[in-house]
Amino acid sequence: MLQLVVCIKQVPMVTELPWDEKSGTLRRDLAPGMMNPACKHALEAALQIKEKYSAHITVITMGPPAAKEVLYEALAMGADSTILICDKIFAGSDTYATSWILAQAIKKQCANVDLILCGAFTSDSETAQVGPQLAERMNVPAVAYVEKIEVNGKTLRVRRIVDNFRETLEMECPALVTISMENYLPRYVGLGGLQRAFGEHQIDILDAAALGVGVGDVKQEGSRTKVRQVFLRKTDKENVFLTGVAVNVVSEFLNKYERKISTVIGKSIEGKNRTNEE
Amino acid sequence: MKEKTGLMKNKHKSIWVFGDYRNYYQNRVTLQLISKAMDLAKSINAEVCALIFGYEIDEWIMEYTAHGADRILAIDDPALKSYSTERYLAIMEALVKEREPEIILIGATDFGREFAPRLAKRLKTGLSADCVGLEIDATGLLVQIAPSFGGNMLAEIVTEYHRPQMATVRPGTFKEIPHDNRRKAQVERLSLMKGLPQPRVRLIEYERCAEKEHSIENAQVIVCGGRGMGNKNNFVKLHELARLLGGGVGATRPVVYAGWADHNSLVGQAGKHIKPKILFSFGISGAIQHTAGLGEADFIVAINKNPQATMMKMADVAMVADAGDVLHSLIKELKRRIRE
Repeated sequence: MLQLVVCIKQVPMVTELPWDEKSGTLRRDLAPGMMNPACKHALEAALQIKEKYSAHITVITMGPPAAKEVLYEALAMGADSTILICDKIFAGSDTYATSWILAQAIKKQCANVDLILCGAFTSDSETAQVGPQLAERMNVPAVAYVEKIEVNGKTLRVRRIVDNFRETLEMECPALVTISMENYLPRYVGLGGLQRAFGEHQIDILDAAALGVGVGDVKQEGSRTKVRQVFLRKTDKENVFLTGVAVNVVSEFLNKYERKISTVIGKSIEGKNRTNEE
Repeated sequence: MKEKTGLMKNKHKSIWVFGDYRNYYQNRVTLQLISKAMDLAKSINAEVCALIFGYEIDEWIMEYTAHGADRILAIDDPALKSYSTERYLAIMEALVKEREPEIILIGATDFGREFAPRLAKRLKTGLSADCVGLEIDATGLLVQIAPSFGGNMLAEIVTEYHRPQMATVRPGTFKEIPHDNRRKAQVERLSLMKGLPQPRVRLIEYERCAEKEHSIENAQVIVCGGRGMGNKNNFVKLHELARLLGGGVGATRPVVYAGWADHNSLVGQAGKHIKPKILFSFGISGAIQHTAGLGEADFIVAINKNPQATMMKMADVAMVADAGDVLHSLIKELKRRIRE
């Protein structure tokens, strides 16, 4: 039976977040969370492997206690066990530190892992770095942006399209893949499934002590980058609001922007003097 | 307690640019980075060094020289005929440890974004991703501007205590300088190090994909529709508007799920990243999964009954009205106005 580990992240379900200048972090607590979309695809890939070849799936996330929610969702989708890594001393970790912490948890709890699956990137910080760095931490072969996985014993054959090249690659387990969102459309889980997961399963929580990690280790392997400031992208957009009956709004819009639209589409629509026959 | 690895050792500082020649025809990001590196180099009195690993690479040596590199480190070996993340990692790790560059810039291509994080881990240094701005601050640190939340937010990131400072940079962020054949660079041809580990990932086959045709990724006008279109019959009318404007149709995920549009028209994080001159957004609330694909849309027209929708706040023009009604009127009015 294959041992699969899927690393997932809870991300805010919004397009921007307030920045707390005092703590130098985003106020993630202010937004509802969801399972990062690419992570969900990674879990789906694991579930499809399990259905075809039989496997045990452990899902790991690092985050605040509220991140339990995405683990319950993972259980409802079909994961077998879950781990929440949760400790204040891990807060604000960059990808260098995060990959190290995840590696400690995998080595401790899933030492015989065959394949680690991560989402290719997250919707919040979008670095796409944790997966590749985790591969280095685990010292296993890795391929990013995978669209298709075939398992043959302990040999993995993976396909991907990168930089407009279609590639087929092979590697031996244990290995790591990051999963793109081209394929492996996540299955839908209804409310009933979620409710059952909450009722039936228990989430294992690991803090730094349980991981055997001390303050010294965290300093040694801690973040290399520092976020000096976060700001909203400056926009020169006018953000003009037009209100009223649809017909009038459309006329107003076309009259105001007819020149711009004509230029872009290469045909003239400049006709505000024409009578409106409506 | 943080050690300052290699901070003061270098007499002559160097900014390295990784030669991602596989992407030359797609985005020329290496040339853009050489140009930006020349700029940064002035502030910290450094040289610009391009790295090229491959087989029969003279054309790239000439190209990077003509585009401004002061120095080129080249390894020309049949073993490097195709891209290999693992081989490049082993080579780069050895070269960086020997020469201690101050900064390494890598194009945020698919290759770069897989390669750079692994290199940063081996060098025990920091890395920022997909930067859309780079500058040197008063203390000589590289300030890396990286996007998050689909480009709605920007973060200023620095690597204070570790070297090299590393960033991947989004293609198209900086402008290359014009080709100049009179430029000279110090070209160092190195031989492939002995005893590098055998790659554990085997490339079975690869081919360049055909150029995509009719893809909305390159359309000047895109008409996107979301759940607010109400039903499939309303949604398909977006094609009529797109036809009038000579554009393409895009869709949000719920719409694709509902079967109103096929997967090829999905716009957003899981789908196409679009860069139209004009984007019409009909009945779309603006969830992050969708807006992540709109970062490069120039002029946005949003139509939604709900003025509070994120999409309406992102728009240049926001029409507060029923999406289906506006679509109907817009098609009618354009048909009256358009003169070929």
